[in-house]
Amino acid sequence: MRFFRLIWANLLRKKIRTTLTIGSFMVALFLYGLLVAIRAAFGGNSDVAGVDRLNVINKTSLIMPLPFSYRDRLANMPGISGVTFASWFGGVYQDEKNFFPQFAVDADTWLKVYSEFVVPEAEKKAFLADRQGCLVGRKLAKRFGFKVGDRIPLRGTIWPGTWEFNVRGIYDGNRPEVDTTPLLFRNDYLEERRSFSKGMVGWYVVKLANPDDAVKITKAIDDAFANSPYETLTQTEKAFAASFAKQMGNIEFLVLVIGSVVFFTLLLVAGNTMAIAVRERTPELAVLKTVGFTDVGVLGLVMAETLIIAGQGGALGLLLAKFFTLGGDPTGGFLGNFYLGWGSLGLGLALALAVGIVSGILPAVSAMRLKVVDALRRV
Amino acid sequence: MVRVDAKANGNSLVQVRDLDKKYQRGSEEIHVLQGLNLDVGAGEFVAFMGPSGSGKTTLLNLLGGLDLPTSGSIKVAGDEITHMSANKLTAWRARHVGFIFQMYNLIPVLTAFQNVELPLLLTRLSKAERRQHVETALAVVGLSDRMKHYPRQLSGGQEQRVAIARAIVADATFLLADEPTGDLDRKSAGEIMDLLERLVHEHAKTLLMVTHDPRAAERAHVVLHLDKGVLVEGGAGGGGEA
Repeated sequence: MRFFRLIWANLLRKKIRTTLTIGSFMVALFLYGLLVAIRAAFGGNSDVAGVDRLNVINKTSLIMPLPFSYRDRLANMPGISGVTFASWFGGVYQDEKNFFPQFAVDADTWLKVYSEFVVPEAEKKAFLADRQGCLVGRKLAKRFGFKVGDRIPLRGTIWPGTWEFNVRGIYDGNRPEVDTTPLLFRNDYLEERRSFSKGMVGWYVVKLANPDDAVKITKAIDDAFANSPYETLTQTEKAFAASFAKQMGNIEFLVLVIGSVVFFTLLLVAGNTMAIAVRERTPELAVLKTVGFTDVGVLGLVMAETLIIAGQGGALGLLLAKFFTLGGDPTGGFLGNFYLGWGSLGLGLALALAVGIVSGILPAVSAMRLKVVDALRRV
Repeated sequence: MVRVDAKANGNSLVQVRDLDKKYQRGSEEIHVLQGLNLDVGAGEFVAFMGPSGSGKTTLLNLLGGLDLPTSGSIKVAGDEITHMSANKLTAWRARHVGFIFQMYNLIPVLTAFQNVELPLLLTRLSKAERRQHVETALAVVGLSDRMKHYPRQLSGGQEQRVAIARAIVADATFLLADEPTGDLDRKSAGEIMDLLERLVHEHAKTLLMVTHDPRAAERAHVVLHLDKGVLVEGGAGGGGEA
């Protein structure tokens, strides 16, 4: 603490430069926050993915269905404690710009397998009792003002016609990062009305009795349906989410590339700033050494400055990003689960500090190696 | 007692023997100091004079442990400093040496108080003790009323006084001054020399000073001349006896 005043005074020496450098970190980390939230919105949020669940899709493509008859075969396999399924509905609510996902789900089993969805018991019972009943996520309900008892008409795009649903419940996530933007309705209603694909489902989700058996059971499932007209591809929920997102492009890669460019640019900006700061203070650093500061002590002072800049800018940027994401999906539906978790915030701060260390280390080492006699000669 | 013939009785505060310093500049070897001997007793005020490039500042840097000799030995208060590790030398410097530079070399973003406090940050003194030391040092140099001023708010003479306060605040064994009046007008230079003289006479400080200014040199007890790397006695200054 006794050196803090010295470090702080040095930071305030060129206020505009320090502010701009902090600003660079802030902008970069704000962008990082947005990219992470976008990645999460596209299903790349591994925090949410259940480690005890596997997704079973048609080996040909996610959009190809699987027979309903697979449900019982999957349920009877050893190591599987629960099976449910879902199908993408793709309906339009009033206008195409009001996009949100809708899934036809197996009402009896869905909430058992997806324990992160929290529905009041009475609402759950009402949903199970009404063939046209649906559950809407909290975010979706908030977005359109849906309430229990409302009737929601959707225009079918895969299965034509107007489909009407009764809101029987509003579900929450047991964690903030759980996506509560989809509408879930009963598969038997879809099955009853649709004119084609009867007896088929979009994909299965199996719950494992022991997550350690994931690899073994993945192979067992795919082997069981090999050489059939509907071969399966079984994968972890995280991989499934990623493949879902890949239908719209390689979001992961895009996020990685943009993030890397941003951080590399930040590295250059911060490194250049610290190099200039150290160069113009050469005689002063020499004086510090003259009065007894060790080489390592001088290195520590320079690194402390860099880390304060990186930490401050990074924290500000991340906080801004957090506040921004708290406002919800900025695209009006395209990025349903637009969420920035605390884990990602911590990682962002660690990244900012890492950039601070890397950008400050060379100037700090040059300050450490500075020979007092040479430096004083430059005065 | 100041001698340059290596025949002192061994009680010197500063004892230099056969000191050599060579620099390599490209393919040329520059022999700055050649077999230099020096003994300085405690409480002495020595001025080093000589033409530019004669090795005055190099000698001061060596005595202050800022540079290492090519050969020879330097003992200060019984410590042989030429064989110390970099870290030991830094610690030794903090404890024993007070530096005063021509260009003052204050940290512009720190107040006079904070500049003077710098060497004490490395000690175990508490905040209150540090404050007391700094206030005393600034009182000695007559700047008690300028503690909160930044260097840019001070005159050149005042800046040098702050630098002197910084040099004495940790109660260094001896002071090394490199052209302390070189950047000052005649009046301010006179005031700084009065102050340095006072430190020697009233506070029993040992002062080794490099200067080009004969008026400054004549305040010293002894004036030594460096010429082509060799130290020769130049007689007593006006400040005392050799």
